[in-house]
Amino acid sequence: MILEARDVHFSFGSTPALRGANLAVAAGEIVAVMGPSGSGKSTLLHCLAGILVPDAGEVLFAEQRLDALGEVARSTVRRDRFGFVFQFGQLVPELSAEENVALPLLLGGAKRPTALARAREWLVRLGLDGLGQRRSGELSGGQEQRVALARGMVTGPEVLFADEPTGALDSLTGEQVMDLLTANAREHGTTVVLVTHEPRVAAYADREVIVRDGLVTPLTLGATP
Amino acid sequence: MTVPLALLGLLEREPSHGYDLKRDYDAYFGRGKPLPFGQVYATLARLARGGKVLVGDAEPGAGPDRKRYVITEHGVSELATWLAEPVVSDPHLQSVLFVKVVLALLSGRPAEQYLDTQRAAHLRRMRELTEIKRTGSTIDALLADHGLFHLEADLRWIDLTTARLGALAREVTR
Repeated sequence: MILEARDVHFSFGSTPALRGANLAVAAGEIVAVMGPSGSGKSTLLHCLAGILVPDAGEVLFAEQRLDALGEVARSTVRRDRFGFVFQFGQLVPELSAEENVALPLLLGGAKRPTALARAREWLVRLGLDGLGQRRSGELSGGQEQRVALARGMVTGPEVLFADEPTGALDSLTGEQVMDLLTANAREHGTTVVLVTHEPRVAAYADREVIVRDGLVTPLTLGATP
Repeated sequence: MTVPLALLGLLEREPSHGYDLKRDYDAYFGRGKPLPFGQVYATLARLARGGKVLVGDAEPGAGPDRKRYVITEHGVSELATWLAEPVVSDPHLQSVLFVKVVLALLSGRPAEQYLDTQRAAHLRRMRELTEIKRTGSTIDALLADHGLFHLEADLRWIDLTTARLGALAREVTR
């Protein structure tokens, strides 16, 4: 298993969000995390990604305790080994598309020409050839989300965390983003944790789990007693 | 029920042999369920008896089917009427799943697990349809989309029912 949550508890103040969540994700697997609003699915993603530290329980990445690392070390893991795509692209508005994609490489110490060349490769790969100089306000929602996907994939992450990556897009555009996300993840062997409430998006995953009241339930056909 | 009308629609383009009609029907509408030859000819014979197609004389040739079929004005009129009518919006109010949920609650069985099992089955089918969309033609993709949206609607109902199981249990066991 490349990523594992073991009996993870997390509360926002006195409100529990996760109450003993367990999830194991194999390398290269695409797992959809579903569940109603407020069920704890985004909190689970944030704990698995080392953004939040659980109150109790363990998070393991590549067999190492991610939750036991300090903020700086977790931040380095996030930057170098994880990629992120959120509902709204969250691009830096002052930067061009190309610079946005190059950002994780630049933050990791890559030289600017090298980082920009890699960014351009990813923009071409995601069908954004010629749009590298545009800023986020000059891109459509679908184009912005593809830039965000390029930024999430440019470092060659071992795990891509995608939180409602098509939530702000219409059906057809969302489908194109999911096609690109899953095709590129499979091509590069990237593990994907995909949080979504949309079954049509979850259908791109290898399997689904459902988060309900802070607990993870695997969905299997053999559940009926 | 739509086979006779689909054949009329195909015939409206141009007079055709039964073999050509079967080939086109299978290409457009026969996903996973090709039309048997016997049904093609039986349907054409019925349409001919109803005055909706005319059957030409047998043409010389080696094939088994050398008759050409032509749509009549009556056939065109029936086709046009059918095309313009909306399809019945069947709400499936008494679905098998609903019956299962109520019976499970009445007998104290785990309704939520049954719903989860159905959810898993639906999602598995949605994965298959998504793969068909990814690898198939535009026709395949549109047919898969139709299935995906219906399954998604069922899943929304499953979500809501799961959230309302407590209230439903109180109502049916009162």
